[in-house]
Amino acid sequence: MAEVDLIIIGAGPAGMSTAAVAARGGLQVLMLDEQPQPGGQIYRNVAQNRAKRGFLGQAYAAGVDLVDALDHPGITHVAGATVWRLDKGPQVTWSRGGKSQTTSAAHVLLATGAQERPAPFPGWTLPGVMPAGAAQILMKTAGMLPKDAVLAGSGPLLYLIAAQMIDAGSPPQTLVETQTFTQMLGATPHLPRALFGLPTLLKGLGLIAKIRKAAVPRYTAASGFHATATESGKIQFSFRAKGRAQSLTCGLLLTHQGVIPGTHITRAAGIAHEWNAAQGAFQPQHDLWGETDQPGLHVAGDGAGIGGAEAAAAAGELAALNILCQSGRISSDTRNQRAAHARAALFRARAIRPFLDAAYPPPAEILAPTDETIVCRCEEVSAGAVRQAIGEGAQGHRQIKTSLRCGMGPCQGRMCDATLRGLLSEGRANRPISPPRARSPIKPIALGELAALSFPQEEPA
Amino acid sequence: MNVASRFRTLPETGESVQFTLDGVPATAPAGVTVAAALVAHTGAWTRQTAQGAPRTAYCMMGVCFDCLVEVDGTPNTQACMTLLGDGMTVRRQTGLRNLNGGHDG
Ligand SMILES: Cc1cc2nc3c(=O)[nH]c(=O)nc-3n(C[C@H](O)[C@H](O)[C@H](O)COP(=O)(O)OP(=O)(O)OC[C@H]3O[C@@H](n4cnc5c(N)ncnc54)[C@H](O)[C@@H]3O)c2cc1C
Ligand code: FES
Repeated sequence: MAEVDLIIIGAGPAGMSTAAVAARGGLQVLMLDEQPQPGGQIYRNVAQNRAKRGFLGQAYAAGVDLVDALDHPGITHVAGATVWRLDKGPQVTWSRGGKSQTTSAAHVLLATGAQERPAPFPGWTLPGVMPAGAAQILMKTAGMLPKDAVLAGSGPLLYLIAAQMIDAGSPPQTLVETQTFTQMLGATPHLPRALFGLPTLLKGLGLIAKIRKAAVPRYTAASGFHATATESGKIQFSFRAKGRAQSLTCGLLLTHQGVIPGTHITRAAGIAHEWNAAQGAFQPQHDLWGETDQPGLHVAGDGAGIGGAEAAAAAGELAALNILCQSGRISSDTRNQRAAHARAALFRARAIRPFLDAAYPPPAEILAPTDETIVCRCEEVSAGAVRQAIGEGAQGHRQIKTSLRCGMGPCQGRMCDATLRGLLSEGRANRPISPPRARSPIKPIALGELAALSFPQEEPA
Repeated sequence: MNVASRFRTLPETGESVQFTLDGVPATAPAGVTVAAALVAHTGAWTRQTAQGAPRTAYCMMGVCFDCLVEVDGTPNTQACMTLLGDGMTVRRQTGLRNLNGGHDG
């Protein structure tokens, strides 16, 4: 017998909206998140920041409603709970405060979100180089503002973070963007559809206007990123733009190339994955309701394919309605009727994606970096070494891992899988590359904690 | 090696906690992670790789494992996933990490 009706993994907009709808529909919900506070990546610490850190903006502050809705007798939210294993049943194994336990549920929703796309270039491992979203986490959770920072890369989040820094009184020194005029032009056919998401589009234009008004120097079509450390620990950032070599000295180099679904948990759960060519990332296969090919396992939010926070909340609502229906709480007619609103919201939220995906693609030099670039930060493997292994016949992720230990470190490939794929597909664009295997424990767990539990044998690879 | 923090911490009111980094006393606002406290304290490395390369907390969300430090005697602690506690002893670490998790793949 299942101990609860529904386990939700991840307390971001997707998980929180699922929890609210499911609990109001009468289900007992256990919500697990490894962060100390609910909110997910976008709304980190939103409830703690109620009356402060206004520079994070309206869209951020609005997330507090989702957090407040968790205050329901049907919802048990456990903070600091890291899920590291899923088994058929479904059963969820999670660790908290150095102790692990397994909980069974009739349904499990994986709403574990995205990670920033690894953006490797020579020097990206230096202290002083950091993802822009990581700096934003420090702004949200610790009131820390980047000093003398260059923002480099592309995508809507880069503009949002620049605007938040401006409003916080710590504007970026310079904005160095990689997207080109040709890419922008190529994205224009998607603009009519993007008009369905007009408010989002206008918000984006507002961010750019704010950056202009603050007179932050901007470069576009930049390439050839390279960072070194100066003697005093500053970052010397060189790149090409406007037809010549450029060089900036800064305290922080904040890079960003969009976000990709974090799929270790969905892959380890045995869910089938597909390649999303427009977004350049693997994602778990699922239907309109977030159902996967694994019985009882559902997905919603950016972990299922990048759509942003509003799409995540709408997808969460749809998943909840479907789970209510499968639990016999509502009929399929009621489910379909009640879904109309969320479906429309999902459509509007997703309308702008094709435009964004085409306008701000990750540049080729990030997907398949120069030979000298470190690809695997854990085991310090360079792109050159990977290219050599591929030249000697390595066919996929697995063989590269075995020969170079690339992806065998503590991050389990989270920082290099995407780049390995880029290197593997060089010169053989049409060859399908299957997603690398992910195994439990998907997060490091102390041996003592493991020994205290017993599990069914994992199926052989 | 002494590099000033690359961040400015807003002067917000609230409690603060004391910790040490390699024996040197430091202060941070209550409720932040060990990684945030370290990055607010110094712009220099907090970990050296097996090859001696300097690293510090990178992703701040539990993905990259570059924030591994010794906390209260436990090495390989993920600083960005650990809340800073009053009186914590934090040490930079060098060389190989040996996480007790199975992660072959
Ligand atoms: C660093 C970063 C910053 C971002 N900032 C913004 C922003 O400011 N504005 C914006 O519009 N979009 C932002 N995004 C995009 C973001 O993906 C979406 O807007 C939105 O947060 C997605 O919602 P979600 O519910 O799908 O996932 P998330 O909000 O990412 O929530 C997923 C939750 O799952 C938890 N989790 C993951 N794995 C486990 C596990 N194994 N065990 C337990 N818990 C787990 C995480 O702790 C997290 O709280 C950001 C993304 C990243 C990576
Ligand atoms: S900073 Fe990346 S895991 Fe902690």
